[in-house]
Amino acid sequence: MVDKSKVIICRCNDVTQKDIEELIDQGITDIEMIKRLTHVGMGPCQGRTCIPLVAAIIARKTGKSYDEIGIPATRIPTKPVQMRVLVGDDDEE
Amino acid sequence: MMKNKVDIAIIGGGIIGLYTAFELAKRGVENIAIYEKRYIGSGSTFRCGTGIRQQFGDEANINMMKRAVEKWTTLGDEIDFPKFKMAKTGYLFLLYDEKEVESFKRNVALQNSLGVPSKLITPEEAKEIVSTLDISEVIAATFNPTDGKANPFLAVYGLARKLRKMGIEINEYTEVKDILVKDSQVEGVRTSKGEVKADIVLNAANAWAKIFNEKLGLNIPIEPYKHQGIVSEPFKLGEIKPMIVSFKYGGAYFTQKANGGLIGGIALKYGPTWDLTPTYEFLREVSKNFTKIIPALKHISIIRQWGGYYAETPDHNAVIGKIKEIEGYYLAAGFSGHGFMLSPAVAEGMADLITKGHTTLPFDFYDPYRFERGELREQPIQMG
Repeated sequence: MVDKSKVIICRCNDVTQKDIEELIDQGITDIEMIKRLTHVGMGPCQGRTCIPLVAAIIARKTGKSYDEIGIPATRIPTKPVQMRVLVGDDDEE
Repeated sequence: MMKNKVDIAIIGGGIIGLYTAFELAKRGVENIAIYEKRYIGSGSTFRCGTGIRQQFGDEANINMMKRAVEKWTTLGDEIDFPKFKMAKTGYLFLLYDEKEVESFKRNVALQNSLGVPSKLITPEEAKEIVSTLDISEVIAATFNPTDGKANPFLAVYGLARKLRKMGIEINEYTEVKDILVKDSQVEGVRTSKGEVKADIVLNAANAWAKIFNEKLGLNIPIEPYKHQGIVSEPFKLGEIKPMIVSFKYGGAYFTQKANGGLIGGIALKYGPTWDLTPTYEFLREVSKNFTKIIPALKHISIIRQWGGYYAETPDHNAVIGKIKEIEGYYLAAGFSGHGFMLSPAVAEGMADLITKGHTTLPFDFYDPYRFERGELREQPIQMG
């Protein structure tokens, strides 16, 4: 058996398969609420790695289709940007 | 199955609707239902800047916030969700000229007279609170240690979990289309999932509140303005404990969240508009202003930017109360950016107003009819 507490779903915010499945077992099956309770998809990778995995876990455990599950909003910037770049002060290195 | 008859129907599953349902339930009202067109918190609560402060410049908002902080402090225990905690890390207002200092001195005196322990401090004392501050232009600051912040995700989730345990119906993805009225008396709501009878309807739809008011022929000015926020990558915890505010630098406000990331915004706004698309102008201006306050932030990366509504009224104070023209219709909306922090006091007062007909909280200040009488309030101290 795989130890689900060691299966990392979200590398940015250290969320495991066990964390996600426990929420679903408590009846929290909306990806929007799972996102906000665990911060999956809200780290520097913007959900590129974790959101498809979370959707797959929800689909498997609840029988919901991917359409029903939906995809939370992705936010700009698509890649982390240092503030010094945004203020035009990026030539110090 | 959704109930087709309730005692009280609440439009809006944000913090105001959820918290008011909780206060009503505590007063023995059993048959309550909440209708939320998307998921709970999705309107404005989940987009807020997390700040909770009593440092206002007028008596009503100070008293409301003083009560709100008392309630925020015990909410986690009340809803059996100790994970929710208000962090009393304070609010630090940085002041840059004599005029600003004079006006904040008056605010501090008023706050102190009402029992809020804010104080005027020196730039050096401010730097002791946040060591990375650039105080070269700062001439004074105010700090109140009992202000702070809380996680809106946990507040909403914890309240909803408690409400469901208490048997209160929370209908997500259920849009209220119309408030049903007959002979000037509320009869219920028509939702995307059918009609529900109710003698009392609370409009807690904040930015969307005016849609229902206009359909009922009520002219209460609430308009949606786009404001934005940013979150950064996490950095060493404890670096920026309080919410820092600077009116000189863009009306900036920011603090460090429990996971180490920075959250905040500036006063740049657009509207009235329903558009919430984030703007590059905001991202640039946030960076300019934040790095003036703490230069070391230049090396921190922004990872998310989003938009949310300030449901603004002409004097930037909410409209809370009973609507005289329609029996059974109550309104708590137009929070102009302060809905999350005010919600415990608003909920308590509204639950008393509905069940007893009156509240000891200063709801007169938020009277929905002040605009038509031309009695605008002084604008509250406001960032963002």
